[in-house]
Amino acid sequence: MDQKKKIPVKIKIQINDFDVSKETKILQENQTGAIVSFVGVVRGFDEKINSVIESMTLEHYPGMTELEIKKIVKQSYERWDITGATVIHRIGKLLPTDQIVFVGVSSRHRQNAFDSCNFIMDWLKTKAPFWKVEENEHQKKWVDYNLSDDEAAKKWSI
Amino acid sequence: MIIKYFSWIKEHIGKSEELIELPDDVKTISELINYLSNLNDDYKKVFVKKDLIKIAVNKTYCSVETKISNNDEIAFFPPVTGG
Repeated sequence: MDQKKKIPVKIKIQINDFDVSKETKILQENQTGAIVSFVGVVRGFDEKINSVIESMTLEHYPGMTELEIKKIVKQSYERWDITGATVIHRIGKLLPTDQIVFVGVSSRHRQNAFDSCNFIMDWLKTKAPFWKVEENEHQKKWVDYNLSDDEAAKKWSI
Repeated sequence: MIIKYFSWIKEHIGKSEELIELPDDVKTISELINYLSNLNDDYKKVFVKKDLIKIAVNKTYCSVETKISNNDEIAFFPPVTGG
């Protein structure tokens, strides 16, 4: 099978929320046998610094963000037999329980969608230029990167 | 040349972007970092942590050895924390 095919890819960076069921439905087409999706959500507590999070603000590098996500998705569909992929990432001020990111992947058979979704998320965490600042009434703190995110990405050995 | 700064780097330097005329003897990212560090203490305090700083030239990740010219867009930012 030709793994270098073009597939429908949707990449959005937006302030507004997204509708998971609508986005999942868009990934359904005639050849689809499986859809795997991931939703990242704002936690109300940062266990690393033992601090309540009242809000979080996300900034990004317009232009480079989209390019990096495109590269990650391209690597994903070159590696796995998938039939569609969607990545939506929110920016701006978010509150605990708000949705931050949606990654959805469709494929003919489930394992490709599972692996591809996992891969896209791991690489997005280490390559896509977003930065989070956590806020509460006492402080505003830029989130430190997680060494474990680097390790998670490296397991795909690309 | 446009230089962009993000996250805590932007706050320390006090601006999100600036236009500079690249001196003739600045030909790599490493030389640019040295040049900026000598401008004032705000830059110096940021670039003393250069091992923690990621760099992009024209929206693509690069290293300190990357060659640069006056038409390039450079960005300095900390490791990313999205998702």
